[in-house]
Amino acid sequence: MTALGMSQQQGAPQAVPAPQPARRGRRGGKVGLYKRAGWPVYLVLGISVLLFAYPLWWSFVVASGTNATRGQTLPFIPGPNFIKNMNEVLDAIPFWKALGNSLLVSSVVTISVVTFSTLAGYAFAKLKFKGRDGLMIFVIATMAIPTQLGIIPLFMVMKNLGWTGEIQAVIVPTLVTAFGVFLMRQYLVGVIPDELIEAARVDGCNQIRTFWNVAVPAARPAMAILGLFTFMMAWTDFLWPMIILDAGNPTLQTALANLQSGYYIDYSIVLAGAVMATIPVLVLYIAAGKQLISGIMAGAVKG
Amino acid sequence: MSSTLDKGLNASPGGAVAGSGEGAFQGGRSTPTWRQRLSRFDLKASPYLYISPFFLLFALVGLFPLVYTFYVAMYDWDLLSGKESFVGLENFSTALTDGTFWNSIENTISIFALSTFPQLLGALVIAALLDQQIRAKTAWRMGVLLPYVVTPVAVALIFSSIFRNAGDSSLANNILDAIGLDQVEWKRDRLPSHIAIASMVNWRWTGYNALILLSAMQAVPRELYEAAAIDGAGPVRRFFSVTLPNVRPTLLFVIVTATVYGLQIFAEPRLYDVANAGGIGGAERQFQTTVLYLWEMAFFRRNLGRASAVALLLFVLIVSIGLVNFFISKRLVAGDEGPKLTRAERRAIKRAAEARKAVAR
Repeated sequence: MTALGMSQQQGAPQAVPAPQPARRGRRGGKVGLYKRAGWPVYLVLGISVLLFAYPLWWSFVVASGTNATRGQTLPFIPGPNFIKNMNEVLDAIPFWKALGNSLLVSSVVTISVVTFSTLAGYAFAKLKFKGRDGLMIFVIATMAIPTQLGIIPLFMVMKNLGWTGEIQAVIVPTLVTAFGVFLMRQYLVGVIPDELIEAARVDGCNQIRTFWNVAVPAARPAMAILGLFTFMMAWTDFLWPMIILDAGNPTLQTALANLQSGYYIDYSIVLAGAVMATIPVLVLYIAAGKQLISGIMAGAVKG
Repeated sequence: MSSTLDKGLNASPGGAVAGSGEGAFQGGRSTPTWRQRLSRFDLKASPYLYISPFFLLFALVGLFPLVYTFYVAMYDWDLLSGKESFVGLENFSTALTDGTFWNSIENTISIFALSTFPQLLGALVIAALLDQQIRAKTAWRMGVLLPYVVTPVAVALIFSSIFRNAGDSSLANNILDAIGLDQVEWKRDRLPSHIAIASMVNWRWTGYNALILLSAMQAVPRELYEAAAIDGAGPVRRFFSVTLPNVRPTLLFVIVTATVYGLQIFAEPRLYDVANAGGIGGAERQFQTTVLYLWEMAFFRRNLGRASAVALLLFVLIVSIGLVNFFISKRLVAGDEGPKLTRAERRAIKRAAEARKAVAR
């Protein structure tokens, strides 16, 4: 708590927005700067949101509809067949297993990335050791390397380990990321006053206790943001899981992709699968969308 | 937390060990040298311990594959039977003279262009609107971000059902019918398939980028708008002369991110038309992107040597396009008209505003 309060006084850490200044008021009012938005603003926004929402709704309508639904120009009313198509999806792919795998991968990766990135970020931001700056530059440089560059040797490594088709082959490569280390370093550098670390040390805390008592409480907001993005990244990953896993032990994304295999594609079933995979995330989004939005907007300030 | 703080303030120098018993080293008074040595070791070694997980993992899944890619690229290397013969740079020259490689580059750039420009334009407009005095701010933001929670794979499934060939009734062609236009071969023809794939990217990312730009817009000091408004600048003029120059760094960030994503696009073309040619990007490779080509080379044609060469070529391409992109967009965004404030002026305005706020408080 204390550390959180302090972070605001300590000025602008890079990854988190400074408290918004009071926006309306005074002089601008005279020249009509702070008028409430008129209807054209709402119209354009409304059309945009409609464009963003309709494909999703359309998927549900087709996934629940009959053959006649697909012939309509802009179908809007769901039909009776969603449960039936859902069952066909459950027959075609190991949906629950895939969901479990995806949850497992995403949570293990998230916990690990947040833990190790906070540790490393704290060391880079606040501890003094030989080679610190050089190593940090190295970490940043590795962010420029695209994933698929090493994907063939990585495949060979996994094959040698006997991990092809195993879920740990998806988990292990992303257990700690350069982006995470960089983010936590940028955040912690501004947020913890050196005196606080000194004080903890004078107090008899060893390094790990200092980390636990000083850095972790201060890092919490950035840890939340990093966790959110890491989860999202692990959840949506497709290229690597598709290469290394097989149809019997898939993640949700690779299982969904398998719905389309074969020469005849029943789109109402494919769309039912897409809707089924989206519903849990959608529920989460309605519950915690506000946090996601502030996370995205806070993470952006680093520009 | 607070207990550490209190103790830190109250502790006399050297009184740490005699502390309240919460410390990690109680009772160490009897063997001070050993304890001191341990504590010095802790002080010196811990930082390396904390950063080691990243470097260990990077060595295994980053550095080694990177170096090994060069090695594999020099060999005839089959996915199943393994290393065959040393061929030097032949894999590179074969890839560079392969028409399908250049085809994939063309497709990647075409899809990238079709997705980046509309996406940025849309994001800028939406961000500017969200920056107005509107009701139900959170609801609008959530509506705009909605596509982001749908995974690329699900997006690909949805859009590959929306865009289908003429005669297979699909949303896109139904709409074309309704407004009296000819149906389009969305999968069979090159440009339409590129548009369909680009629309997946646009749909998923426009709102996300709008929020990033919005947060940059909100950081623009309101005093600048006030000054511009007093000088008689209307909303459009204010957008071009105040907003745009001020969100430049963020815009640049968004452009670079979009470039890196766009050049590595995979899931969308891979799943766009699986019924034809097993998802390698169309029967005539009319929408095969470079990562898709790489994947086909490695896991369909089992030619790991050539695939590694392609991976390296793609890396060079991404870095160079990224750099070109960076400089062009830097100039484009920077070259905006209007009397721009220098950084010092902007800082002065900001400071004045803060001072005023402090007084008001």
